[in-house]
Amino acid sequence: MYAVNYHRAASVADAAKLIKTGDAKLLSGGMTLIPAMKTRLAAPSDLVDLSRITELQGVTVSGKTVAIGAATTHHAVANDEKLKKVCPALSHLASLIGDPAVRHKGTIGGSIANNDPAADYPAALLALGATIITNKRQISADKFFKGLFETSLKDGEIVTAVTFTAPAKAAYEKFRNPASRYAIVGVFVAKGKDGVSVAVTGAGDDGVFRSKEIEAALAGNFAASALEGVKVPAKNLMTDIHASADYRANLIAVMAKRAVAAANA
Amino acid sequence: MSDVSLMVNGKRVSGAAEDRTLLVHFLRENLGLTGTHVGCDTSQCGACVVHVDGKAVKSCTMLAVQASGSTVLTIEGLANGADLHPVQAAFKEHHGLQCGFCTPGMIMTATDMISRHPEGLDEATVRAELDGNICRCTGYHNIVKAILAASTTMKGSKGKAKQAA
Repeated sequence: MYAVNYHRAASVADAAKLIKTGDAKLLSGGMTLIPAMKTRLAAPSDLVDLSRITELQGVTVSGKTVAIGAATTHHAVANDEKLKKVCPALSHLASLIGDPAVRHKGTIGGSIANNDPAADYPAALLALGATIITNKRQISADKFFKGLFETSLKDGEIVTAVTFTAPAKAAYEKFRNPASRYAIVGVFVAKGKDGVSVAVTGAGDDGVFRSKEIEAALAGNFAASALEGVKVPAKNLMTDIHASADYRANLIAVMAKRAVAAANA
Repeated sequence: MSDVSLMVNGKRVSGAAEDRTLLVHFLRENLGLTGTHVGCDTSQCGACVVHVDGKAVKSCTMLAVQASGSTVLTIEGLANGADLHPVQAAFKEHHGLQCGFCTPGMIMTATDMISRHPEGLDEATVRAELDGNICRCTGYHNIVKAILAASTTMKGSKGKAKQAA
C-alpha cells in the first residue's frame, strides 16, 4: 500500500470538508477499498473515515417506510428485528454478503457507492425503487447506478442513507461463485403497489439492470410457473472465466423462479 | 504518522504508526502479539481474525489507525492464565488443527460465532459461518466438532463462559 493520510470525520459536514483534501477517498467499512489499496489498484492521498459518524448509523422502520444509514453494516442490516418483519428479503440479502467478519465491517453506503457489478445491494435497491440520499440531494436508484463501478455521485458527494417502501412481497436469490462467493447471478424480485420489479446483479455487461422479460411475465401472475419458458436474451450479459453470457441468461430465469417461489412462501 | 491507542487484551497500549499500517502488522510488529497470523493478505483466509469492539474482523483489512480508540481482543487474550478458554480447550480435545496456522483465526471466529448464537449451533450453521476462514489441513471436520462442543460447554456455563469470552 502506498502512503496515505487518514482522517476520521466527526460528522457528514466534517467529511464534506475533509474530502476536498488532495486526492481523498471516502472510507466506510473498507472491505473493498483497503484490499484495492493493498494491491495498489487504488492509491488515494487521503482517507476520510465515515464509519464513526453516528448520524450515518442504523435502520429505522416506520410503518412500511425503511431508512438505512449509509454506515450501517451488513451485520446490522441482517439482524435488525424491525427490518426482518417488514422486508425480510433485504435482511436475508445482507446475511449473504461476504463472510461474518466482512459483514461486521462492510456497509450499505460503501457497497452502493462502489457499485461493483456483482454486489448484492444494487439489485435490491433497484428492484425496491429505493431513493439514495446524499449530503446534497436525493437520487432514485434507477438514476443512481450507472454501469461498472459507476454511479451518478459527483466528486465529494457523500451517501448518507437509503430509503424505500417495503413491498408486499420480495425475495433475493443468488448463485454464488464457489470461490469468491460473489454473485454469478443474483436476482431480487419485489411485488409492491406499483407492480413487479426484478433486478439482476452479477450478470450485466453494464452492471445491475432490470429484466423486462421477467417483469412482463410476472406482471399478471406473480408465480414461479409464470416464468416457464421465459427466455432472457444473452445480449449485453457478461462472459468471463466463470460463466458465459448464455449460461448467465439461463441462470437469471432460474434464480428469478426461485426468488418468486421464496417471495410467495 | 498517527498515534494509535488501543485497549488490547485488557491493556492500554499506544504507539506511533504510519497511517497505512494494517492492524495485523501493528499487533504483530509493534506489540509483539504474533499469535494473529497473516495468511492470504487478501481478506479471504481469516488467519488474521481478531475482535474489535466485540466483533470479529479481519485485521489484515483494517488500518491500525481505523481501530484507534477501540478495544481489541486477540488469541493471546483468550485464556485465563493457564486455563484455556472453552473454545481453545475444545480445539485441543477434538484435535481441531494440524499445522495450526489457521487456528488463531478459527478460534477467534468461533468465539464470535458462539456469542452471536447463544441459542446454540448446528453443524450447517457452523460450516456456513466458517465461510471466511480457510484451513488447508483438516478438511474442517474436527474444527466443526470442536466449535459445536465448545458451544454446548459454554451454553452450560453461560455466566462463566461470558466472562471468559
